[in-house]
Amino acid sequence: MIADWLTLAFGAVGLVFFVAGTVGMIRFPDTFSRLHALTKADNLGLGFIALAVALQMESLADIVKLAVIWALALLAAGTVAQLVARAALRAEGSEDRDA
Amino acid sequence: MPEPPALPFDPALALDAALAVAILGAALAAVSGRGVFRAVVFFIAYGLMVSIGWVRLGSVDVALAEAAIGAGLTGVLLLAAHGRLARAGAATDTPAGAGRGWAALAGLAVSGALVWAWFALPPVPARPGAELAEALPRAGVENPVTAVLLNFRGWDTLLESIILLAALVAVWMLTRDGDWRAPLGVPQHANAEGVMAGFARVLPPVGLMIGGYLLWAGADAPGGAFQGGTVWAAVLLVAALAGLWAPPRLEAAWFRAALVLGGAVFVLAGLALAGVGAGFLTLPEGAAKPVILGIELALAVSIAVTLVALVLGPPEGPPDAPPDAPPGALPDAPPGAPPDAPGAPR
Repeated sequence: MIADWLTLAFGAVGLVFFVAGTVGMIRFPDTFSRLHALTKADNLGLGFIALAVALQMESLADIVKLAVIWALALLAAGTVAQLVARAALRAEGSEDRDA
Repeated sequence: MPEPPALPFDPALALDAALAVAILGAALAAVSGRGVFRAVVFFIAYGLMVSIGWVRLGSVDVALAEAAIGAGLTGVLLLAAHGRLARAGAATDTPAGAGRGWAALAGLAVSGALVWAWFALPPVPARPGAELAEALPRAGVENPVTAVLLNFRGWDTLLESIILLAALVAVWMLTRDGDWRAPLGVPQHANAEGVMAGFARVLPPVGLMIGGYLLWAGADAPGGAFQGGTVWAAVLLVAALAGLWAPPRLEAAWFRAALVLGGAVFVLAGLALAGVGAGFLTLPEGAAKPVILGIELALAVSIAVTLVALVLGPPEGPPDAPPDAPPGALPDAPPGAPPDAPGAPR
């Protein structure tokens, strides 16, 4: 029963981060701040949702799978954020490079 | 989990409705937007949402295939094609004009036929169907999809695995004569200390393990050779894009062997089974599981290597100095394309 309430709470917190990240991606003015909103907030949101789902799992193997999924999503999002930011920096030209 | 409080509607219905709207929206954005790149991005998003739709329908095998191949691999192929067109200076984002009306008409016709087929279908049978449920205990594997693909209808899967190779041969037909001995694709460079190289060092051990897991789990749960092979292909592609793994040349013996391994093992297993009197690709009850897993392992290796070769494209030598041809021997080479032109691969 406690696990169910914790699942609801963590899931709700995760959704808040996803909404924040989405609002940031829509509202922020340039590529870099949008990337920041997308990859920071969503990673945290996914972590909370994975935590919420993990509380409903029956075996340790399933929890490990969830953890691996979150870790891979973190790794991919971090890498892609860097690569997209670099491409955007190149596209904007050299005047912004020292930013 | 205790019973959730009763709601006036099924909350899953809201999720499904939102998903359906999102799928249609992504599909519309993919075909109606301006720009090839934008269309490809929406196509990938569309594929991911369709695969969630398959999960909601309970077809996890199809969902995995859609996510890995429909969205992931086809998306990468389309992006690679877009990049190639841009490098060749042939990327045009002009609207298609009159052709678009016919395409819309054809799409509507297909949709109409599908809607008609949906209503014409007999009631959905229980899964797995009665005949499959009766035969499944003798299949050697518990996943009905794998049982059908590798045991009951192995012949179909054998031909499918050969289609992939035929597609690759068709891509290689586009190789210029002078580039035949060059490595596959365009050379890739990445900062050896950079983010991409770091990612490509961390990912392969995990990715190879997950691909192997999908292959192994496919016997009794959703997964299999195509899903596992696609994950392996992704690992190889990340390593190639980071410049950590040099793609092979067409002549490399191991590379050619890996391409035909799946089909060869499949055919040889079928012939061996016929030789012991069981019939071509008729798996005997006791030995079915090891035979299926052996064929799937070989298939996954071939699928991975073939998909990598499809994404990398035909061999491309440096534009100014093809390895085995004197300068000027390539009448079809784009004139005046210096290696450092804007948009050239770095």
